[in-house]
Amino acid sequence: MATKTLAGKTIEVNDEGFLVNPDDWTEEMAPELAKEEGIDELTDQHWKIIRFIRQDFKEKGQIPTIRRIKNAGGVPIKDLYQLFPEGPVKKAAKIAGLGKPQGCV
Amino acid sequence: MKRLLILGGGTAGTMMANKLAPVLEDSEWQITLVDQEETHYYQPGFLFIPFGIYNRNDVIKPKRDFFPPNTEAIISPIEEIQAAENRVKLTNGKVLKYDLLIIATGSQIAPQETEGLTGEGWHKNIFDFYTLKGAESLRQFLKFWDGGKMVVNIVEMPIKCPVAPLEFVFLADWYFTEQGIRDKVEIELVTPLPGAFTKPIAAKFLGQFLEKKNIRLTTDFNAARVDGVNNKLYSWDEKAIDYDLLVTIPTNMGADVIGKSGLGDDLNFIPTDKHTLQSKAHENIFVIGDATDLPSSKAGSVAHFEAEILFENVLRYIEGRPLKSAFDGHANCFIESGFGKGILIDFNYDVEPLPGKFPLPGVGPFSLLQETRMNHWGKMTFRWVYWNLLLKGAELPIEAQMSMAGKKRQ
Repeated sequence: MATKTLAGKTIEVNDEGFLVNPDDWTEEMAPELAKEEGIDELTDQHWKIIRFIRQDFKEKGQIPTIRRIKNAGGVPIKDLYQLFPEGPVKKAAKIAGLGKPQGCV
Repeated sequence: MKRLLILGGGTAGTMMANKLAPVLEDSEWQITLVDQEETHYYQPGFLFIPFGIYNRNDVIKPKRDFFPPNTEAIISPIEEIQAAENRVKLTNGKVLKYDLLIIATGSQIAPQETEGLTGEGWHKNIFDFYTLKGAESLRQFLKFWDGGKMVVNIVEMPIKCPVAPLEFVFLADWYFTEQGIRDKVEIELVTPLPGAFTKPIAAKFLGQFLEKKNIRLTTDFNAARVDGVNNKLYSWDEKAIDYDLLVTIPTNMGADVIGKSGLGDDLNFIPTDKHTLQSKAHENIFVIGDATDLPSSKAGSVAHFEAEILFENVLRYIEGRPLKSAFDGHANCFIESGFGKGILIDFNYDVEPLPGKFPLPGVGPFSLLQETRMNHWGKMTFRWVYWNLLLKGAELPIEAQMSMAGKKRQ
């Protein structure tokens, strides 16, 4: 298992750089993870989504889909694509220290 | 008298009724099955209708012909499932109490979820082929079309039968060649996936076929809206794709009543244990087929494999024995590839489609992850198997759990 250093702490990551254990994550790590995804600055809007998906993951045990972020989190899909270009859920999940969203079949 | 209630008389619900009716004691259990429609659709056949290979009569039969005789069948839409009270309210006013509920209400297309999709061009130069009406309208359009750019778009995953869009473009390539207009038709498959299919080895294999057949593949495209006046398909990040003919695979959702009854996720699919098929919220509710939220393909073959496991778990539940965590996500799909050939894939939650022989290891007659004429005949014969064996709950010579025998790791 690979490791990397974020916010001065060494933690386990998978081969795509997703945290293996969501509990290793602290808010200080988010800006560094965001940079890896090409997002230079995390705005309040970014944080709203990061906090929502962490909270939802804690309650439901799975990473919310884009539709759920829209319905339950109240964030329009268009805004999500502007905040986290290309793959909003995948990028937001990575920055929030969660695993890779479950792919479909 | 106890009641086992089945909601949905499609592939999954009908199979469950046929498996359970002969073994449940008549004096103890009443099986009741509810569906809103009289007609059973052979949905795998819809794919062939736009190309004039099948017509309406090849894909419909009365549902009642397939229900076991000692089952009470009610044709009515469902108003609400009141799980806390163990009862279901029908739109016709009837209230059905149940001791055990099996939900098999399937999935359906929801084109209204995409802005502009059902606007100007709907069923004029925008068609679906996941409904009989859509497939028939597209047939009429293709009869008179003299060419242009055909875009086939998957709006979002998950969809029923994830290989159907691929089969559609393969058959279109064949059809336009037969019509003598292949040089006047541009075919483009536009998908939100990173490749031609969901699983890497099959995606690569199927991607080569697209290339060979001169079908353009655009990946990672998340469709946001359609401008039906100017014939443009837009993604959420404002990429635009022009089309003359748009064949859409719209968002797929579970039945409205699931959402209305508070039993579903954001797509109205029901959170279900992926190995036992028991509802996560209610222990006397089981879910089968497209209605579940399982990370498996939404396909008749999956419902068939699930039915064998669910049959056993229903009996275990009734007898108070622990459930069997046996469903492995097994799927088995014939992929029609045009010009009288086909490809076969067999996979589950953990093992992606691999090459080999099927169902007899080393013998076949079908070849996995290879294009053969025999695979095409398997696909065409399957309609007979479906009506005559599968729906009636008969045993097929394929195990419910996927087998590695006959498969080669690469």
